[in-house]
Amino acid sequence: MQDFAASFFEAFRLVLGLNPGLLEIVWLSLKVSMTAVIIAAIVGLPIGAFLAVARFPGRGLLVVTITALMGLPPVVVGLVVYLLLSNAGALGPLQLLYTPTAMIIAQTILVVPIIAALAGQTLEDLNGEYRDQLMLYGLGSLARLRTLLWEGRYSLMTALLAGFGRAIAEVGAVIIVGGNINHVTRVMTTAIALETSKGNLALALGLGIILVILAILVNALVFLLRAAAERSAYA
Amino acid sequence: MKKTIASLVTGAALFLAAASFVPAYAGEFILLQSTTSTQNSGLYDHLLPIFEEKTGIEVRVVAVGTGQAIKNAGNCDGDLLLVHAKSAEDVFVAEGSGKQRRDMMYNDFVLVGPSSDPAAIKGLADINAALKQIAAAKAPFASRGDDSGTHKKEISLWKKAGVETVAHSGKWYRETGSGMGATLNAAVGMEAYVLTDRATWISFGNRAGHEILVEGDPDLFNQYGVVTIDPDHCPNIKSAAADRFVDWLLGPEGQAAIADYRLDGQQLFFPNAENGDS
Repeated sequence: MQDFAASFFEAFRLVLGLNPGLLEIVWLSLKVSMTAVIIAAIVGLPIGAFLAVARFPGRGLLVVTITALMGLPPVVVGLVVYLLLSNAGALGPLQLLYTPTAMIIAQTILVVPIIAALAGQTLEDLNGEYRDQLMLYGLGSLARLRTLLWEGRYSLMTALLAGFGRAIAEVGAVIIVGGNINHVTRVMTTAIALETSKGNLALALGLGIILVILAILVNALVFLLRAAAERSAYA
Repeated sequence: MKKTIASLVTGAALFLAAASFVPAYAGEFILLQSTTSTQNSGLYDHLLPIFEEKTGIEVRVVAVGTGQAIKNAGNCDGDLLLVHAKSAEDVFVAEGSGKQRRDMMYNDFVLVGPSSDPAAIKGLADINAALKQIAAAKAPFASRGDDSGTHKKEISLWKKAGVETVAHSGKWYRETGSGMGATLNAAVGMEAYVLTDRATWISFGNRAGHEILVEGDPDLFNQYGVVTIDPDHCPNIKSAAADRFVDWLLGPEGQAAIADYRLDGQQLFFPNAENGDS
């Protein structure tokens, strides 16, 4: 119990002291994970929308595969991205290994299936409700996709938040492709792993508490934005 | 309102996307593939600012186990290698990945265990005898099991003691397959004996009831080496900057800085570069 009390104390000490090292790490964590989610949304939402409306042979298999990929082990993704970005790998000349960009790539790969699968399910339900109307308007399939994405925008936020949760919390991928380099690629989760390995358990848990609070803040912000937007849309 | 929010979100997205692709530091830097003990003990936090101040070269440290560090460096994903497994370093040079391996500093390994000491090894000066007693008592022993420098050392010590650890793996001999810190945490959690380098132990924050039980045997000597990468093998590496760092580390200034580093009043690393090339 003493450890938990000490952890909360550490968390407060770090936050109240506005520890510059902490701010740097928090900022990089947000930057990497948010960028990954944005890119994953650009890729994943259209995939989800396509899966929701299109009917083709093998669709079921594709849906199952993408849904299963939600469980991609971060350490495996990290390893694959490392092998690609390594100087001995195919993309070595890009010199991206041990940079924040490498971390964004790895997290994007982890998040795309989550957004695509969850968005696909949401939009499929929506499509069931709206199909007759959309048919009635005689919209083309591309316009139908766009309408669905727009009408489902608030429900789709949940898919994005699920992706963000995955990205901000994972350590297995970013520690391999980022290298946990101080001031360059150290994020919240890799800092927690490092402090744990130094045996500074209270500090590690303190950082963990801050990470959870950060996730709550991001979710609360999205919740408020969504509430405000819904009010103005239906007012 | 809708438009404002949409443009806000788009703006934030673009800003974040742009910000991530600007490197955090535009100056010259080298990438050091390193063992973990030199980072976890705070040595780099002491050394690197001095060198960076002097030369303007930033040293970025990727601290992994010795085995992984050598592998990464072999893939040309590092400009320099700093580890502690001399035979593996020599192989790295012989295979053509490394250019030159030199001694840099040393400390020693210590055998740590619970103060209850079920194998009654406390105070033994002979690591060989201590390991034999642990095996005879079937007392829990936490091994790194990760091909790191410490793991290689531990394997060689068991071999010398004539104990076949493979046969006991999963019973009293437990391979954590993790770094030194994680293995120490596990050892503390399961009241196990564990071999660690002294620097990591002194700087380790979660010692609980564990203490040093065996130390001082010449077999526990722990040599750290620095290995430059062969530019013929890795044309992309920053040889010149890496060489400057090595020259500094092994020169009088770097060696003095290593000797100066203390934690809790104890010197963690002892410079021995004058011993020359291997």
